Order: sequence, then structure tokens, then C-alpha cells
Amino acid sequence: MSLVLESVSKVVEGQSHIYPTDLTLERGTMNVLLGPTLSGKTSLMRLMAGLDVPATGRILWEGKDVTGMRVQDRKVAMVYQQFINYPSMTVYDNIASPMKLMGMSRAEIDRRVRETAEFLQLTPMLERKPLELSGGQQQRCALARALVKDAGLVLLDEPLANLDYKLREELRAEIPRIFEESGAVFVYATTEPEEALLLGGNVATMWEGRITQFGPTPQVYRAPSDATTARVFSDPPMNFTRVLKQGNQISFGEGQSAPASGALVDLPDGTYTAGFRPDHLHLRAQGNDGLHFQCTLHVTEITGSETFVHLDHAGDRWVGLMHGVHHLEYGAPIEVWLDASHIYVFAESGDLVAPASYAAAA
Amino acid sequence: MTQITLDNLAHSYLPNPQSEDDFALKQLDHVWKDGEAYALLGASGCGKSTLLNIISGLLVPSRGRILFDDKDVTHQDTVARNIAQVFQFPVVYDTMTVGDNLAFPLRNRGMDPAYIAKRVQQIASMIGMDDLLKRKARGLTADAKQKISLGRGMVREDVNAILFDEPLTVIDPHMKWELRTQLKALHNEFGHTMIYVTHDQTEALTFADKVVVMHDGRVVQLGTPEELFDTPEHTFVGYFIGSPGMNLIDAEVSGSMAHCGGHSVPLGGHYTAPGGHVQIGIRPEFVTIASGEEGLPVTIKRIEDVGRHQILRAEFAGKPVNAILPEGMTVPAGANRLKFAPERVNVYADDWRVTPLHSVSATTKEAV
Amino acid sequence: MDKVQNNKAWFLVLPVLVLVAFSAVIPLMTVVNYSVQDTFGNNVFFWQGLGWFKQVLTSSQVHSAFGRQLMFSGIILAIQIPLGIAIAICMPKRGFWASVCLVLMALPLLIPWNVVGTIWQILGRGDIGLIGFVLDALNIDWNYARNPLHAWIIVVVMDVWHWTSLVALLAYAGLQSIPQAYYQAAKIDQASRWKVFRYIELPKMAGVLLIAILLRFMDSFMIYTEPFVVTGGGPGTATSFLSIDLVKMALGQFDLGPAAAFSIMYFLVILLVSWVFYTVMTNLDKAEGR
Repeated sequence: MSLVLESVSKVVEGQSHIYPTDLTLERGTMNVLLGPTLSGKTSLMRLMAGLDVPATGRILWEGKDVTGMRVQDRKVAMVYQQFINYPSMTVYDNIASPMKLMGMSRAEIDRRVRETAEFLQLTPMLERKPLELSGGQQQRCALARALVKDAGLVLLDEPLANLDYKLREELRAEIPRIFEESGAVFVYATTEPEEALLLGGNVATMWEGRITQFGPTPQVYRAPSDATTARVFSDPPMNFTRVLKQGNQISFGEGQSAPASGALVDLPDGTYTAGFRPDHLHLRAQGNDGLHFQCTLHVTEITGSETFVHLDHAGDRWVGLMHGVHHLEYGAPIEVWLDASHIYVFAESGDLVAPASYAAAA
Repeated sequence: MTQITLDNLAHSYLPNPQSEDDFALKQLDHVWKDGEAYALLGASGCGKSTLLNIISGLLVPSRGRILFDDKDVTHQDTVARNIAQVFQFPVVYDTMTVGDNLAFPLRNRGMDPAYIAKRVQQIASMIGMDDLLKRKARGLTADAKQKISLGRGMVREDVNAILFDEPLTVIDPHMKWELRTQLKALHNEFGHTMIYVTHDQTEALTFADKVVVMHDGRVVQLGTPEELFDTPEHTFVGYFIGSPGMNLIDAEVSGSMAHCGGHSVPLGGHYTAPGGHVQIGIRPEFVTIASGEEGLPVTIKRIEDVGRHQILRAEFAGKPVNAILPEGMTVPAGANRLKFAPERVNVYADDWRVTPLHSVSATTKEAV
Repeated sequence: MDKVQNNKAWFLVLPVLVLVAFSAVIPLMTVVNYSVQDTFGNNVFFWQGLGWFKQVLTSSQVHSAFGRQLMFSGIILAIQIPLGIAIAICMPKRGFWASVCLVLMALPLLIPWNVVGTIWQILGRGDIGLIGFVLDALNIDWNYARNPLHAWIIVVVMDVWHWTSLVALLAYAGLQSIPQAYYQAAKIDQASRWKVFRYIELPKMAGVLLIAILLRFMDSFMIYTEPFVVTGGGPGTATSFLSIDLVKMALGQFDLGPAAAFSIMYFLVILLVSWVFYTVMTNLDKAEGR
């Protein structure tokens, strides 16, 4: 074990920014904090780094209590959304700066600067100033500075948010590679579900100052423990509709019903919320799609390979993500199909009562 | 409303441009049809903002003309061109109420108060801010402020075009959905000509009827999202659109066969052997895994679970090749080859797409 | 928002506290000491209670000086703030001329008070001064040493010349922080120049303008050197403002007790006004800032 938060909380002017949180992050893992803006990602990171002192709780590093320890005395590196480098220094000196502060020998510094620069494809730019570089290169320089520190804890706060779409894609592919070689605890904050999935490792979904779920990324994605997690970890957002369970049937209204199987069998009768992801809706029956719904088409968006279909189903706003390009008439009635095995069932409280059976099988 | 024509346009920020490289915007001829939604897509520094500023009248091009219908407006300013624009960061009048913000462009033009009230109400309900009309704009969130900016851009019915300069930059991913859908709905409802500048492919593709892809100061392709996806005219389009982008593999092409390092790949069309640097391009969506003798032998590096699908990252002759696999699919043991759907393979010579002489008919395909 | 809680930081404030104690608190306490006692010299003091305060408060001399002071500050603000804003708006925003303007604007601010006074004293003289000479040539009977109105004009003009640049520079900084997109948007919305000022420039400048008003108010309320050099508070008492009165009282008549009481009330008035400004400013921020 490595970094442990024990019921850590943060209160600013009587308002809870972070509710008491327990979290254990192992060495050599990538941990993604996923949540919308103001959900507490940055606040939590500042607590981990030691930039803020928690209102309650303890922070342990390798079993040692570091709660009150200053950030300078911890081995922490941080990369921000803004590209933060020393503008008057060359890339070389920027990367070397943390090691100079640690008082390393000149030869050792040189070796490590060159090694890291090579690794991050910065070698041709070593003698240039950060502001002469592109955004992606600047952020790589900031990353390099964080990496040479050999910190045990590396905190990345939306490091790719200010970059162009394609650059983001490239750097995102590099980051897991960087972290595999370092063996530190990586914490990476993002607002984008897809980024969390691509980075892999573990994910902690955050909502209004709480961690709603923490676990291996694909597992959290496929088995969200409540409706909030499911909504946060879905882009476009998960679709929801109210259903009625009666005996061994789950009814969706308009005569549509599915047999209650698996975990649903033992549920008491009553109303629940059914949730399903946009990519599981289809325009045609896909073999075992048991359910079909009459909807009104609001808008379609075509990406070239896929079509986003915005629907109105008896007052619920749904989004469907369909394979292929579909030109559909706006405002027209439309029928969509859904496989019952892709449905999650949540209680009124929002807690998951039955996972989608396809996910349970996977 | 108006059709906008760019006639022999070029722009350089230098006073005396010498070579082609001095131009931020190279030779450009283009017609923006009335009532269509366009997206200008490209990486930063590709010239898309320069082009937008020329259209809006903030910049006078060093060469060429801009016509609104048949009228030369090259030297007219934004107001004379009757254009609305929405900026990257929200521009709202903080001390005014939301309603006054929306009414501002109409009041300045001395329109009838009854009409203004009606129109403001209509726009407010489109952007979902009916109940905030009386509130001061200051203190609203960035999302809400940007909605006001969008609303102010839409409020005039008689504008020739509405320009958007990366309007969703400051918006949270969850809100982006909502705003984009609203924009789309607004376009459907009012039918304005819209030009939307962005570096985000999803925004561009989902918003626009036609996407203009720019690279290094020139337009490399203008097409529907479908065309950009199926037949990218330039390797940059292949790379830039799609996530991951198109796979490009060096090849020799003759007839309906490509040869990549001694391996044959069937193509969907007949080609006369193109000259220059020849590559074949295939989207990861049309790559499937195989074993045995079929397809290209590859080394599988890793498989990424992206939720709704998986990305298989492999290498062929030291170059990356990606494939998109369906959710939940497990790669069978011993799978070490990738197969390309022949009709989806494009051929490129010196980065530009080569049009096949004719497509391979069903019978010849079987023979292959 | 994110405050680092580290109590050791208070030690860093200690040197400043010591410095402030010596430079402000101890002299102030001496003044307080004088204000409640009477002396006939030789370091013999008698308890006087609030007597001096009563005397000062009921003194018609102080009343009229206070009135003059308020009028002076009012006129100064009414001229300098709009003028400063107007200059800031007319200044070029970038390029070579922007730097030239900035240097020119900063020049009056660098001149010592008494020198400013001397310059205007000479400029305004009817016999050798440029202004006096020109006015004389125009057949205007100009004599600021005899005519109270003329004295006021020269003092006000001098202060405007000396300090308007400060307001202009602050307003200029406020203007520079407005993103270009706002102007473009306003242009597209076909807003008139007045509306651009009213709805974009003024709201964005509000913060620095309040600071400018506060600074100019405090400074003009405490003005001493320049009118002392130019008019010496005259003719009669026409331009003797509070501080001139105070100095007359303390040094001229050696009424230390009333002068001390006077100083304290003077100090309290300024403190009160500053506090009102501060509250208004922070409340504006709170009411509209979030």
C-alpha cells in the first residue's frame, strides 16, 4: 500500500468541498478522478499533495502519517491544465530545475534530463525556450519536469484539457507508457469518460465532493454502483426511464415488458429507474432485442461513421448512438430497439439493484 | 439571406509575402451556400481563424474578394456585412439582465419593442433561460453566459450569416451535448447560414452539414461527414477525422491489389499504378482480426477498452496499425493478422487520394 | 478560495508589525496624549479631558475650513475622474505612441509637491508668469493673491494638472484588461460609442475607478504643500484647507492641544470615508461578482 486517505475532508467557510473520504492508492497504479467541473477533483488532489490541510482525517504515505507535512517535504509532482514552465529558461534547464534543487551531481542531472527528453520526444527542443514551443511540446516539458523528480506521487490535473483534439489523443497514448515505467502512484483528473477509459487503471467517479465509486476502470464503467456514477461515467449521458416491476415482469409502459431475470427476480414489486447506454439502442432489431419503443426524433448528429439520435420518449430525453449514417426526418415518430440484457435497474434512491446482465456475464 | 463567395482569396500577415510559406491562408475559392451549416475544422495554426476573421470583416485579405450574393464586401466591416458572431469566451454585458442582453442587438437597430419582447422570449426559451430573463448576467456560470452569447448571436432574423469561433471551449462535456443539440435545433428552426470554427472533430462533424477541413493554410477537403469518413481526399483528413485516425501503410499498387512488404491486400477498385509516395489507408473501423494466412501479419501491442468498443493497437513493419473491435469481444488466441475490408481501402499518392478507374465487381472480388 | 492553512506564516508579518508600530502607532499615541492634556511648557501636563475636542468641534474657523475642504475634494473628483477616463479612452492602446503617452502621463506624478507648487506659483503670477501674462494681455484682471476665485482656480487647475494622470493611468489599465472580443461583439451588436462605454468599459473599469476615487479623495482631503506654496491659504482664508489650518494652529499659534484633537478627528474622518469606500467596493464585488 502507498497513499491512504482516512476519512479526509475539506471544509471552506462552512461549506464542504470534500466530504469525508477513504481511499487507498497502490504504488505503480494509474488512478483517474472522473467528474464534472467543481465535483472536487482538484480539491482532493490538493489534499493528496499536501497543498491543503484536511479539516478531518489523516493522510498516510507508505504507512507514515504525513497529514501536516509541507508539500516541499513530500515527494510529490504536479502537472496542471495550464502549461507551467519557467519562461526564461531553456527546456533543458526547465527539466533540470527540480534536480538542481535536490542537489544532484551535474553529470547525473545531465544523464537524466537527456533520458527523459528522449523518452518524451523533446530532444530536438532542449535548447529552446518553452514559449517557442507548441502547446503539446510545452505540456510535455511540464510532464518531463514532473517525471525527473522521481516523485512517489504524480498528480495530473486535466493535463490535456488545453490541447487540440488530436494532440490530446497522442499524449494520452503516451501517458500510460510513461507511468508503466515509473512505478509511482499516478493520479489523473479528467472530466471526460472516454479519457478515463483510455487511461485504464482505476477510476474514482466524483460528484459534488464525494467519491461515488472506486475500482478498476472497466468494472466501474460496466457495473456502476448507483445512478450518479452511471451518469458521470457515460458520454453521452446514460438514458433513464421509470419502470414498474410486477411479479416476474418489468413493464416499460406502452405494453413493453421484459421478463425479470437474474438479480431482478428477487426484487420486491414497485417502481424503479431503468438505465441504459446510448450505444445499446438500435434502429433495427438485433436478433435478441426484446424491447422496442415509440419515440419522437428531436435531432440527429452524424459523425461520419455513427449517428447520434436525440429522442423524446414519453417526456424522457434519450440519446441513441447508432452505427453507420442515418438520415432521418426530424419530428417524425421513430422506433428504437433495446436488448433487455443491457438494462441497469436502479432503486428510487439511485442505488443499483440489478446490473445489466451482459455486464455481469463479461 | 445570402450566398457567400470567396473568390481567389489569400492572406499573409507579412507586408510583402514572397514565397508560399509566407501565406497564413493560401489560394482559396469557395462558395458558402445559403442556409447551410458549415464547420471549419483543423489543428491550431492551420489558418481557420484567419479565414473566419476575413469572412466576418475583421481582417482584409491581402488578395482576392469576398462576395455576398453579387456584392463585393471585401472592404466592408462586420456591421455592414450584417453578420453575427459568437466568440470562444462568453461575451455578455455584465450589468444588464439576461433579457436586456438578448434584446441589445435589436434595440440598437431601433426595432419595435413589441417585436423585441416576442423575439427575446422565443430565443430565451430556445436556450432554456426563460426564467432567468430578469436576472443580472453578472454572476452566472460560464455555461450560462455562453448560452446568452449564443442567444444574442441568434436573436436577429435578418443576418447574412452567424459565425462561431470555438464556442464550446469553456463548456463542460456534459453541457457541450446540450448546447450543441440546441444549436442544431436552432439551425433547423431558423435556417441561418452558420460557419462554425473548431479543432474538435466531434463538434465539427455533429454540427455541420458540410465540413471544411483545413491544413497548413489550405482547404484539403470539403464534404459531408460521411464523405470525410469514407473517402478522405488527403491523408491529413484521414488522420484528423476519426479516433484513432486512419491507418496508413506504405504500399505498391497495381490493378486491384496492393503489396505491402511482400503481403498482398485486395482493394475495392482498379488503379493504374500511381506514382510518388504510395500508401493505402484504411479506417480502424473496417479492420478485423484474423489468423492463418489471410491479411497482414502484425504484432499486437495492447487492447484498450473504451467502453462502447475496444481499440486494438498493433504494429506492422514497425508502424502502428489500429483496429476497432466491438464491445465484449475477446481476441482469439493465435490471432496475429489484420484483414481490411477491400471496398473501404483508399489509395494515396503523395498524400492525395487516387480515384479508382472503376470499382471491383462482385464476381472479380470473389476471384480475389 | 484555496487557502493554505499555515500558522507559522504569522511570524513573517512580525517585522511589518514592528515597523508600523514605530511609524504610525507610537506617533499616533503621542497625538492622543496631547489631545487630552494641556501644557504651559517645561513638560508639565494637565488633564484636559475632551475639552480640546469640544473647542475644535465648535470652532467656526474649523467649520469653514472643513466646508472648503469638502468643496475642494468634490470639485477635484468631479473634474479629475471624468477627465482621467476621457484621457484613458483617447490614449492609443498599443504601439510606439502608447509608450510615449504613458511616459508623458507619468511625468507630472514624478514631480515633488513643493516643486509643483512653485511652478504654478510662478506660472500664475501677473507680472512674470506665463498664465498671468496671457490673461493680462486678454484684458482680464487676474490676481490670485487678491481675488479668492482666482486663487481657487489656480489651486484646482494645479491639482488637476498634477493628479489627473494618476486617474487616467488607472483607468487605462482597466481598459487594457478588456478582451478585444467585447469590442468586436459590441460592434456586431451595433452598439453606439456611448453604449460601449456604458455597458462594457465602465463596468470593467468600476474596480480601478473606485480605487482611483478613494486615492484622489484621500490625497485631496489632506492636501497641504501646493496651496501652501502657491497661495499660503489666502487671500484671507479663502484657500486654507484643513491641513493648512491645522499647521497654523499647531505651529503658528502653538495650540498643541486643540491641534492634536483636530488631527485625531481629521484622521478619523479619513478613516471613516476609506472604510465606507472599502465596504461599498467589497459589497459591489459580492453582489455582482458571483
